[in-house]
Amino acid sequence: MLELKEGVRHPVDFILNGKPARGLAEPRMLLSDFLRQELGCAEIHVGCEHGVCGACTVLIDGIPARSCLTLAVQTAGRTVETVRSLAAEDGALSDLQEAFRRHHALQCGYCTPGILMSAEQFLRERADPSEQEVREMLSGHICRCTGYVGIVEAILETARSRAGAR
Amino acid sequence: MKPKPFTYLRPADINEALQALARIGEDARILAGGQSLLPMMNFRLAQARALIDISRLAPLAYIRKTAGEIEIGAATTQAQLLAWPQLGDATPLLSAALPHVGHFQTRSRGTVCGSIAHSDPASELPLCLATLEGKVVLRSSKGERVLPAAEFQTGMLATARRPDEVVVAVRFPERKQGAGYAFMEMAQRHGDFAICAVAAVVSGKTTRLGVGGVADKPTVREWSGLPNGELDDALNDFAWELGGTDDHHATAAYRRELVRRLGRRAIEEAAKCSS
Repeated sequence: MLELKEGVRHPVDFILNGKPARGLAEPRMLLSDFLRQELGCAEIHVGCEHGVCGACTVLIDGIPARSCLTLAVQTAGRTVETVRSLAAEDGALSDLQEAFRRHHALQCGYCTPGILMSAEQFLRERADPSEQEVREMLSGHICRCTGYVGIVEAILETARSRAGAR
Repeated sequence: MKPKPFTYLRPADINEALQALARIGEDARILAGGQSLLPMMNFRLAQARALIDISRLAPLAYIRKTAGEIEIGAATTQAQLLAWPQLGDATPLLSAALPHVGHFQTRSRGTVCGSIAHSDPASELPLCLATLEGKVVLRSSKGERVLPAAEFQTGMLATARRPDEVVVAVRFPERKQGAGYAFMEMAQRHGDFAICAVAAVVSGKTTRLGVGGVADKPTVREWSGLPNGELDDALNDFAWELGGTDDHHATAAYRRELVRRLGRRAIEEAAKCSS
């Protein structure tokens, strides 16, 4: 049985945005803090720290998860994707990110990295979502700027344009 | 908003988990999806000297149909159950209730057994277990026992689980031929904790209604051969007996009104689906 003692920093090896990464974490360290403080991922936005606001959502093994409700040590051997994985190497935004810009789907941008990760995985699973389905998915995120209208439109437009490209 | 220090244990199989639990006892907590336990630990409402992580134990991640029951293992997530193709046929009530459990982003990790072990009085899955008269399978290093929902659920965040036991599976009865099922809830936003949730089963002349979010645990009432004109009175009596209290989400009077109105709606919906 693997036993990681309290108060001791243990190495955690995992894949971060497609590349091997390593950091040190006490068992009690949350993945959100680990990514920000150990690995410098400033794109992880920490809001409520109890799983309600959705700002810190990342993909773990391709599935959306709250990084504040995941222990860093739990991600050993797993893959973690943050919003940095969406844009191209040269910084060109993804189609979803472009749609967010076009529809003014963000203002302060604090909730955006989490929403983009949820939406990206949601669109991989559902090629032709209804507005209702998009809104239900978004119920796991809190945005206090936009009123969600632009976010819903951006996601639906991306779904349509991806369907057209297939 | 960070948990207190604890030791993290990742057992290779369930027996290692049970041995660790027997050794550490009450100071250890089982970590499966962590979607209830970790917020409580971040708030320091819950503490543990050790967390025993069973989320990677593949043999515990299953959904199995056995003799009239659906058995769900301790590592099965709510999202996996929701995506199970037979869910709607096998247990229509769960199929209706699961979309209300947390959010897309928490169902992906939150487990079915974990929600039932956590036993929040406003949670949907404990309510379904109580209404359908499901069972909880508890295992310790000494053996296994199976408790009916009514014996397992003892109060607010409280169950009959002993400190050395793990909820290894839960069992929901398969849909009854001819019975109709309905689930409804009122929450401030979709996916928030229910102010009041109701689960109805109508089978022949028998009507069962489970209510969550009002009393300190899911509470079920069954009526047999109730004339339609008496349903409102029956619901009103039930609403008062539940003894809800005022809190910052809603008043006790509002909750009683929800029991009366949502209760009636759910029973009518279930009756429509029954034959």
